[in-house]
Amino acid sequence: MKRRFFLRTCVVVTLLLGLNYILWRWFFSLNWANWWIAVPLVCAETYNFIDIFFFGFTIWRSDPKYTVHLPADGLSVDVFITTYNEPIELVIATAKAANKIRYPHLTWILDDGAREDMRLAAEEIEVGYIKRGKNWEHRPLHAKAGNLNNALMSTSGEFLLILDADQVPYPEILDHTLNYFEDPKVALVQTPQWFGNVSPYDPLGSQAPLFYGPIQQGKNAWNAAFFCGSNAVLRREALMQLGLKRYVTELEIAMKQALRAADQILARTQRSSAADIPEAQNALRSVGDAIAQTRTAIRGGQTIADVTYALQQRVAGISKEMVKAHLDLMIEDLAAIREIHTETDEKWDVILDIEKTTDLLASHELSPLGALEAVSTLLRSLDVDRPGEAQPLMPLATMSVTEDMATSMRLHEMGWKSVYHHETLAIGLAPEDLSSMLKQRLRWAQGTMQVMFRENPLFQRGLTIAQRLMYFSTMWSYLNGFAAVVYFTAPVAYLCFGVLPVKAFSTTYFYHFIPFMIANQLLFLVVSKGISTWRGQQYSLSLFPIWIKAVVSAFKNVYFHHPLAFVVTPKTGQGVRNEWRLVKYQIAVAIVLVLAMIVGISRLVSGRSEPVGTFVNVAWALWDLGLMSILIPAVRFRGSQSKEK
Amino acid sequence: MEIHSKLVGEGVTVLKLQGKLNMVSAPRLREEVHAAVAAGNSRVAIDLTGVDFIDSSGLGALINGLKAARQAGGDLRIAAPSEQVRLVLELTNIDRVLKAYENAESAFSD
Repeated sequence: MKRRFFLRTCVVVTLLLGLNYILWRWFFSLNWANWWIAVPLVCAETYNFIDIFFFGFTIWRSDPKYTVHLPADGLSVDVFITTYNEPIELVIATAKAANKIRYPHLTWILDDGAREDMRLAAEEIEVGYIKRGKNWEHRPLHAKAGNLNNALMSTSGEFLLILDADQVPYPEILDHTLNYFEDPKVALVQTPQWFGNVSPYDPLGSQAPLFYGPIQQGKNAWNAAFFCGSNAVLRREALMQLGLKRYVTELEIAMKQALRAADQILARTQRSSAADIPEAQNALRSVGDAIAQTRTAIRGGQTIADVTYALQQRVAGISKEMVKAHLDLMIEDLAAIREIHTETDEKWDVILDIEKTTDLLASHELSPLGALEAVSTLLRSLDVDRPGEAQPLMPLATMSVTEDMATSMRLHEMGWKSVYHHETLAIGLAPEDLSSMLKQRLRWAQGTMQVMFRENPLFQRGLTIAQRLMYFSTMWSYLNGFAAVVYFTAPVAYLCFGVLPVKAFSTTYFYHFIPFMIANQLLFLVVSKGISTWRGQQYSLSLFPIWIKAVVSAFKNVYFHHPLAFVVTPKTGQGVRNEWRLVKYQIAVAIVLVLAMIVGISRLVSGRSEPVGTFVNVAWALWDLGLMSILIPAVRFRGSQSKEK
Repeated sequence: MEIHSKLVGEGVTVLKLQGKLNMVSAPRLREEVHAAVAAGNSRVAIDLTGVDFIDSSGLGALINGLKAARQAGGDLRIAAPSEQVRLVLELTNIDRVLKAYENAESAFSD
């Protein structure tokens, strides 16, 4: 209790000092003459202030204590080990550890690589083996979410422990987590991810002591502990319920879009000159009627299964007659349509698929017959069997490459609870080189941004205000790449050209800024109880190109349907040679900062700038360089010693 | 859970379920539906009269069956749900997809 009071005092003091600083910056210190740097800078500072506010809000109710109660006997549990291309020995080591989990359970290896060796190895140690079935052929695979969704359909445990291939579980992992499910509303128990192959120096910043600590504990207190993809236990009933609900929602959306698109194609064809074949005219009219009736039926409260069944039957009937009448005319169009199909088959989103199909069809000159075929293709795609997907139910969210966060958000929307249990119950392997680490960070950031653009937590019904802020704050923190660019530009602008973003670097400036900065650093220190958060701060600035790339590519993906590459992080080093090119932007920034310091000091010596401003900006540039200096050991890093043995 | 299968009319399979349709019995229902469809009787009516409890996995099996039947050009329809089953159908919005017919024998009489 005492600690919590102290913590809250720190939060309040930091935020008050921050508010004092930010208000002064906006209203009393902005140098409008240099608005092009002054405004971005004050925006970047406001961004960080809001970030600190979110941090304070997160930890407000944070509780580091947890207790262990043994669960009741007789629960049924499946342990899922997901793998794609990890070495077989590594997966088997995890599976053997899973076999030793004390609470009775079944262990399964979910092999997305469909490797025969993997199957045999699994058989040898008597664990289950699941790979994708035929139904997934030529359909979107949805990566890990698809792998888990596939396994859900062929297993029956009431609870599921999910482990990445490298996460070796402790025997007590289920004994210490299952008891939380005594509360029938709990859908998820997440435990920390801790990496065994990382030295205390941790050059790649793999450990996340702040996240798997105060942040998740804080989110937990707001009933918003995130699902992090591995080392978590889930309740099957909650996942299946989510799958059912999403199935209905997506059917309804797909239905509306397909009907609208079909209308558009029909209207366009009816206007075109080719529509003068009387049978075609009649057929088009019949399809139009069928669509109109479908709409009326939906409005009248008829079920989707009935409505689509009737619609499919009618359209099939009309098509059959037309084919009889004009077989020859169709051949050409069919070729065009088939071509469209192969283009869209590998897309991974039903809804996107419909949009894309319509776009493609609109770009082709279609005869009435072709249009008819196109419309029936479109209408078939909205059937209740979701022909574009391997299975109708997708309990784990497929809308983002970080299926975990999206899934827990949707569970929270449905009123389920989540728990963060702060006890390390599995040990994993962190990426062993910079390039793997960068790929991993990029994917996390991209996935988080996809969720922000697709289903912004601020506007999701069913979430409490606190839950909305908990999800949004994580997304907010991924926007800092843009702020970083401003923080590099401002000192360079002053040192090289004497451009002042503030009215003056005077004592008033220090009065406002210094207390806030000190309070902020102290807050981090107090919250983390001395665990170093320095690595985290370093990478948060240093990886600015990754953060920017993530935001931009996710934006293009969500709004312009550009593909987003899914990269599986290699768990053993790849031995990439010239890794300096991975950090070329950072190197460029570092060079510019060093040059700027030289120019700034020579300007000072030659009397063209004043000492305080130069001092502040040199210190600022040094601070930037100090944070980015972590990239030097990171690039040179070639895997940890512990792996060698 | 027990499943009794019988053929009625032309190509309609009625599956009469007895007991709990939950995560344990769902795979069996899925198999039965697939077997019926494979045998060429892709119109499947599920008689839920005897089902006193259903969970989301049970509903999932019904939706999976619906997919199998539709892909074979047929349909899957449900009949006579109990109050508990009806509630779960509403809770998950599946009532917007599947209509509950009064009895299985007449589900395909349209």
